[in-house]
This record gives sequence, C-alpha cells and structure tokens, in this order.
Amino acid sequence: MKQYDTIIIGGGHNGLVTAAYLARAGKSVLVLERRPRVGGAAVTEEIFPGFKFSMFSYVVSLLRPEIIRDLDLPRHGLHILPLESTVTPMENGNYLAAWADHDESRRELYRHSPRDAEAYDEYGHLMHFMARAVKPILSMVPPDPTSFAPGDLAGLLKLGRHFRGLGGERLHALVKLMTMSSADFLDEWFETDVLKATKSASGIIGTFLGPRSPGTAYVLLHHYMGELDGVFRAWGFAKGGTGAVSEAIASAARSFGAEIRCNAGVSKVMVKNGRALGVALENGDELRASTVVSSLDPRRTFLQLLERGDLPDDLIGDIHRFKFRGSSGKVNLALSGLPKFACMPDGGPGGRLHRGAVSISPSLDYVERAYDDAKYGEFSRRPYMDIVFPSMIDPGMAPPGKHVMSIFVQYAPYTQNGGWTDARREEFGDAVVNTVEQFAPGFKSLILHRQVITPLDIERITGLSEGNIFAGELALHQLFFLRPAPGWAKFTTPVRGFYQAGSGTHPGGGIMGASGRLAAMTILKNGT
Amino acid sequence: MSLRTTPFHSRTAPLSEGQAWRRWAGYVVASSYELSHDREYHAIRNSAALFDVSPLYKYLITGRDARRLLDHVVTRNVAKAKVGQVLYTPWCDTDGKQIDDGTISVLDEQTFRMTSADPTLRWLHLNASGLDVQIADVSDTTAAVSLQGPSAREILQLAAERDLGALKYFRLTSAKIRGIPVTISRTGYTGDLGFEVWVDSGRAVALWDALIETGTPYGITPAGMLALDVARIEAGLLLIEVDYFSSRHALIESQKSSPLELGLAWTVATDKERYNGQAALDAERSRGPEWQFTGLTVDWDSLEQLYADVGLPPRLPTQAWRASVPIYDRGGRKQIGYATSGGWSPLLKQYMALAHLGSEHKPGTDVRMELTVEHRRKQAKAVLTPLPFFNPERKRA
Repeated sequence: MKQYDTIIIGGGHNGLVTAAYLARAGKSVLVLERRPRVGGAAVTEEIFPGFKFSMFSYVVSLLRPEIIRDLDLPRHGLHILPLESTVTPMENGNYLAAWADHDESRRELYRHSPRDAEAYDEYGHLMHFMARAVKPILSMVPPDPTSFAPGDLAGLLKLGRHFRGLGGERLHALVKLMTMSSADFLDEWFETDVLKATKSASGIIGTFLGPRSPGTAYVLLHHYMGELDGVFRAWGFAKGGTGAVSEAIASAARSFGAEIRCNAGVSKVMVKNGRALGVALENGDELRASTVVSSLDPRRTFLQLLERGDLPDDLIGDIHRFKFRGSSGKVNLALSGLPKFACMPDGGPGGRLHRGAVSISPSLDYVERAYDDAKYGEFSRRPYMDIVFPSMIDPGMAPPGKHVMSIFVQYAPYTQNGGWTDARREEFGDAVVNTVEQFAPGFKSLILHRQVITPLDIERITGLSEGNIFAGELALHQLFFLRPAPGWAKFTTPVRGFYQAGSGTHPGGGIMGASGRLAAMTILKNGT
Repeated sequence: MSLRTTPFHSRTAPLSEGQAWRRWAGYVVASSYELSHDREYHAIRNSAALFDVSPLYKYLITGRDARRLLDHVVTRNVAKAKVGQVLYTPWCDTDGKQIDDGTISVLDEQTFRMTSADPTLRWLHLNASGLDVQIADVSDTTAAVSLQGPSAREILQLAAERDLGALKYFRLTSAKIRGIPVTISRTGYTGDLGFEVWVDSGRAVALWDALIETGTPYGITPAGMLALDVARIEAGLLLIEVDYFSSRHALIESQKSSPLELGLAWTVATDKERYNGQAALDAERSRGPEWQFTGLTVDWDSLEQLYADVGLPPRLPTQAWRASVPIYDRGGRKQIGYATSGGWSPLLKQYMALAHLGSEHKPGTDVRMELTVEHRRKQAKAVLTPLPFFNPERKRA
C-alpha cells in the first residue's frame, strides 16, 4: 500500500492550500474530496444549462496575497475582476451608492448628508490604522495567552507591539470596535441611516447576530483589511466564479506533485496509541500517511473523524459548545434580462449598477427586524440581501444576453420552527424574490430558473455543520486563540500527526486560505 | 481644436467620463473612458476591449515592385510572405539601427499595407527610386479598431456573419460587417487573442456601432491607451520613443538600438536579398549584440520591506510608467542597464518592468531596480524574467 507523507481530508480551498504548500516543500500529498469536484463551498456549477453559479461563496474577499504569490495562482488561471460599487435602494425610492471613484462617492454621500461626507474620510483614515494593527494577526499562528512557551511569548510580544504602536486614541477605538455593536459604533460617526445599515450589514454576515448586537463592529474592519492590500487587490469577483479559485489552487497543488482524488469520502481517521496512521474511506479502503490533516469544520474534525476516546473530555466539551448556527441562505437565479431597480431605472451612469453589488439594507431597523424573525426561529420575511450579477462581470457565466443573479440572504436560521422542508425552502425563496420585486418591479417576470439554498442544504452538500458558511461562527468568542478551542488553536490536535486546517481554525472565514497556509507551515515546522 | 480627432470621435467622445485624452500621431485618443482604466484593462483579459487605433500611420504600397521595395526596407523576409499574411517587422538605417517598427499586410500579390508609428512616406520614397511602385498615404482615409480579448473572435464572427476559426495568428481576410467592407487581421498590441479591423473612414462610425451592438452581450468594452499600456508590457511589446529611440531622432549614437538589442532577432531574416542595414546586422549577429531587452519582475518581499521600513504598506504604480530607471547588479553599486517601462500587472499580480541590460546577464539573475520610497532613493530586488510575462494559449490557438 502506498504510504503518503500527508493525507488531507477535504478538498475545499483551505485543504488545497495546505496540499499545495506541503507538496511544494517536497512532501507526497494526497487530497481526498467527498464530492465529485474540489472546492467545498467555493465551487462553480452549471446548475441550469448555460448558466453557471458560484453556488455558495460568491466573492473573493481576503484571499491572502502571499498565497497568490507563493502558489503563482494567476499562472494557474486565477483572475480576480473588480467588483467596485454598492448601491442600496431605499424604501422611499431614493438610493445610496458607493462608487469606485472616491470623489463620486463623496458627492453621492453629500446628497444625503454633507456632514457624513466629511466624516467618511476621517472614518476611513481611522479604520486604516485599525486594520493595519489587526491585519498581521491574519498571518500569524495564534499565541496562547496562558502559556509561557517561548513561541507563545514571542507571538504575544509581537502582538503587543502592534497595538502599542496605535497610540491612545486609536487603541480606545480598537477596544470599542471589539466590544460595540456596529450600529452603535457607526452612530458615533454618521447620521445617514441607510449608510449605517449598509455598512453594518457587512458585520453580520455569517453570524447569528444583528447590527445592534455587541461584537459586530469588529467585522467592519475586514473591509479595510482588504483595502490595505490596495492595488494588489486580492478581493473582487473571480473569473469563472469562486470555483475557479479552487481550481487554480488545485492546479498549483498538482503542479507541485500533489494527488487529488474526488468521490473519496473519509469516514474515520485511524489512530493507534494516540497517533494518526491514516484514514479509512467511506468505501472501506484504508490509506496510510505519517500526517493526516482535516480541513473539515471542527465538529466533523473532532467528533466525526475521531473516536471519543481519542480526545480529552474538556476538548470534546469545547467543540460541543462551539457555535455554528448557520444563518444565511442563497438564492441563485437565471434571468432572461437585467432587472430595473426603481431607484435607478437606467442602471446609473454607464449602466454600472449591475456591475457592482446591490445591497438590500434600506435602514438599520430593516436589518434589525430581519434579525428579529431569526431570533425566534423564522427566516426573515424581508431579509437583508447582498446581490451581484456575475454575468455582468464575467460574461461567460450566462448565455449571451441572459444573466445570472446571486442573492446572499440573511437571515435563514438553520434551526427553523418546524424544521426545513421542501415547502419551507420554496416559501423562503418566495420571500426573497418578493422582497427584491418591491425594489425592482417586474423583476419576477425575468426569472427563468431558481435555486434556493438553505443552511440545511449547505450542510448536506458541503458538509459544513449547521450550514455555517465560515465553518463556525465568526464571533469574537470564537476567534484567534479561541478558534476552535482554547489550547487547540495552533492547528494541532491531541492526536499526534493529526492536524486541522479548515476555516474553523484561525483566522477562518471567507476565501482567505490563511488557515490552510498556517496549518501547512505548522506541519512543516513540526517535521511530520 | 488643433489636434485631429479620429473617425470614431463622435462615438468615443461621449463615453469619456473624465475627458482624459492622449496625443497619438497628431490625433487625440482616449486615455481611459472611465475615471480609472481598471475595468478597461480587465476587459482585455476577461472579455473583449475595443480600441480606436486609427492614428497609426498607414501606407498603401502597390505595383509590380511593391514587394521588392518593402523587402528592401524592412528586416523580415517580405519576398516570401504569402497573400493574407501580416508581418510584424522593424526597419533600420544602413548602420542596422532601428528606425521604427510596424506591420506589413499582404493584401494581394501587388498590394501591401504598411503601418508605422512615425511618418514613413519619405523613407519609402527614398528607397523606391527606380522601382515600379506607388505609395499612398492612407492614414486619414483608413480607420482602424482593435478588438482584443478572449471573446474577440466570438463577437467578430457574429458581426461578420462568418467563421473566423481558420484565420490564424498574423493572417488577414476581407469581410463584410453589416454590409461594410473591412479587412480583419488577427493582430494586436496586447498579446492576447485579438483582431484589428480596417475600414474606410467614412464607414467607421457604422462599424463601431455594429461591433458595440453585437459585442455588448459578450462584455465588449471600449478601452483607452492606459489599459493598452499595461497589456503591452505584460506581452513584452516595445514602444517607440519609450523603450527605444528611432535612429532618425537620436541625437547621440548611444540613443540608437539595433533590433538584435531589442529582442527582435527573430524579425531579422537571414535568408533574404539585400536590405537596409543588412551588413551591419550580419556583423552584429556574429559578434553578439551588446545589449538585450528583457523583462524584470520586482520581488514583492523586497518591495514590501522598503515600505515597511518607513511604516507604510507597499505602494504600487497605479498606471504603467514610462521613464528611465537605473538597474544595478545585485550588489547595488554597479549600474548594468536601465528600465524604460514598468507597471503592476493586475492579472499576474506582479510588478513588471521592461529593461535594457548588458547581454551577458542571464534569466533568473538577481538585480536591483531603483525606486523612490517617501522621497528617498531605494533599491528593490528584481529578477530577470524572459519576455513575455503573459502569453496565453488562446493568442495563437
């Protein structure tokens, strides 16, 4: 039987990143993917003939520039296209737009509030410093604050220096960002409700929180972290959809010699005397490797792939308490034409509305009410939505003249009163489509096909527990040295030779690849 | 307006959001239509970009000796060129120093269209004495657009209502687009799948409208010179007056270059009749050129460190630059050449430059490129990279 240096369970983008880095370092690597294609939640599928969809994850936000460089992803087909504007239609027929050009955006905001237009620049300046303080964390293995090991102390020291460099006023702002709700934080800066609603909406994505829930302000920073990469631009829309990102990483991994096997679900990690020996496949085959890596979420990694006896009880408890609570759904539509939004029937200057995002977040109350439904186990009757038209950016996504529309929807709680049924899924789809119709009359008549995805569907198809798109909620109590559990945030596990590499580890979330890369670094450093 | 506008101006002018125009051969063309050239650039690599390239100098050379004239003027072998072929070629003075570069299209046995960056009428006439040949300057009467990008063929096939699958790289064909007679050549300045469409100036606007209408569902995007400049650097294509000086404009000998020094050895035919610069080029070839024209890739970590040293995130040029930048050896003391164009590739995520270096430096060699970080001169590590930086299969496929 062939003995691999490393077997990686799960061919999502993080698993593939780990594979590529390990193969690049000369290891023999095998990736095992349960589905017929790699990508996990970053997949492009032709759901209806001629119409391609980034089925789940739909934009590239914080893909680490060092990964793009190290793996030479552009040579493997990665092409990130600009997705530059956001238009928020309002209930009164007005709108708020953020365009690519700074002056244009400022003039637009000035229309709503001259004061906010000025505050916006100052806010951006502050957030720039905040993001710079926090960003290095994304590329570091989280130090354990309770440990006195030299590596941990060095990490803590490095962290301390970053924060000390901020100075008093900014440090205060950072603490506020870490503790306040995004609504409260933005209240300190702006008076334009629709601006606050749209900005705070980015803070609730993938969480089971509302814009007025404490701890949501922190996510406002993520946007500015992307901007720090400036002209490098690792964010935007991937040509060919997010599946193309996975394919590029897979191609890089193969070029370094990694083997990738699809339709190969893993049932167990084989453990003997506290050490991983290999994996058992769902079809009964056994494969051996000196290192086994799980890029699945923490629940599957610890509670499904391992036996209870392989793990200490306190870790089992921590993983049981780790919150998934999937709260988002997706509606993918094939359209015969572009919808006309009542607030901007001509699609804006140069018809650019459809080349950017449309945010259905007309007011803070609107978004908070959407959360109210979810709190009590219902999907939002009028949800927050982030809409893009991928075929307007990459014409290859739909037949000429036709379009695909991607609607990210929140909230659609995993735990639904009465459970998710087929009928309930369609009811949810109706709520989404009817809400869009209110802002874009006539839109429904353009729909050729509709795919509605609930958190339960996400779980069934991708394996992400409770359909959480970040493999575990991105809430402050589940980040950094707490992700996924205290003491086990450094990609190792209590089983020797068994590592974790998925988004459920630090820093997690989005198509970043940082978890996968840090896991690979850790494995290479540890020697096995 | 004292500068001329092209035959497409009535269509391009309303598209210009920032009124940003650039001079080209006495005409104005758009620098970028949108405020930033970002999207126009991506159209070249993602869908199809439509450029107005009418300002090119264009000459129609006809007659029994037309082929002989051109074969004598340029370094490529025109004598062997087939009807329907397009040659990219430089041409030189008697010393083998490059005057200009352009294309020669073989329209039929006795009809050729030559394009150039500088006026070439007098040079052609000087070389034509005693030959049975007519030379017409058709610069103003022939308009041209360049349609570049992965969807270019699809759009053009629909517009011309015919299959262009058989039209190979650097070949041309005549066609009709909505009844307008055009010549379509599979050429361009982007290193991508692309075509140039040549049309009578009087029908230019109708051609533009037809292409836009057909191409819109395929993402056709009018694009300006800023986007083109990034693409041509990725493709490693040189630009006169930027990457080299015409020997006829050079004031001192060291400003001149030979095609062998400009990475154009492949365009200097060894199997042809006597032509301008032949003796000098033969001699240079046998002794080996002194200079080479090569790519440089700036090392990211080195760049990032230079900025980190002053407490800033790395900055990159937002447009391609055109300046002379010193290149040093890896020790950072000895200057070994200079870069003439450079910029950030949004596709490759690489900081690229085009440089003239001593011919002894091999690909993969570490060098240092000068750059200014917060008002101070610094040196970033860079690596000699063979050109082109970007060369997709679809370009020739």
